[in-house]
Amino acid sequence: MAIDWVHFTPGSALAGGLLIGAAAAWLWRIEGRILGATGLLAGLLPPREAGWAWRGAALIGMIAAPALARLIWATPVPTIPLQAPGLILGGLLVGFGTRLANGCTSGHGVCGLARLSPRSLAATLTFMAAGFAVVFLARHVL
Amino acid sequence: MRKASPFLAGLLFGLGLCLSGMIEPGKVLGFLDIAGLWDPSLAFVMGGAVLVAMAAFRSARGRHTTLSGGAFHYPEARGIDARLILGSLLFGAGWGLFGLCPGPALVDLGFLDSGAALFVLAMAGGMALAAMLTAEPAAPSARPEWQDG
Repeated sequence: MAIDWVHFTPGSALAGGLLIGAAAAWLWRIEGRILGATGLLAGLLPPREAGWAWRGAALIGMIAAPALARLIWATPVPTIPLQAPGLILGGLLVGFGTRLANGCTSGHGVCGLARLSPRSLAATLTFMAAGFAVVFLARHVL
Repeated sequence: MRKASPFLAGLLFGLGLCLSGMIEPGKVLGFLDIAGLWDPSLAFVMGGAVLVAMAAFRSARGRHTTLSGGAFHYPEARGIDARLILGSLLFGAGWGLFGLCPGPALVDLGFLDSGAALFVLAMAGGMALAAMLTAEPAAPSARPEWQDG
């Protein structure tokens, strides 16, 4: 294993992580809700759950964030390769999988681990392993 | 103004995803590529986020109401089942393809990126499909709160 020192950014990564944790803390202590991107989006889709208003508000906050981040620290614009078939396949897998597992990197990976939930630990280990495996196959085997 | 608080939580979440680098698919793939040139940054994102969230969940323990006087909505206790593992496998595979998971994909919409828009549309389709296939024939009022997050 070789470390990519050029792209390694522990400072901003940790600071961003603390902000994400603060968002989860806020939502739990004030709203009594788990911060999870899967739950936010899935709760707005049919069959619609109760509580779509707070989910909609949180989602709008997430989408508004880049404008503020560009204003405050000129956050770099991400590069997403516009490969339609790959994006559609990736999106379908991510949406189907997270809805089946009832959570993703935020719901299971952050909140679930913070709650010491064995279920969320199992989910996190599984999706991380699958992610590592697919990148390994794509970059080093195929 | 009751929706100002979840809006601010979402904003904070989005700012954290921007600052951490999670919104950049290339950076996420650099973390997932342990056999190549490995960028361990995202371990710091996860560590920082879990640390703060853990303190918040601990400080709420034993309390019956939130700071705004409402109820805590605990995730349904379901245990580790095939659905959880299969779903996480499929999610992880899709994540490894493009380096996008649900939170960053939604935030990337804020950059007005057409790739992100296409990804989120497909993701919403995948979610709706999974919801249809797993729908249980129960009265809507009897349906439990399903989400972990």
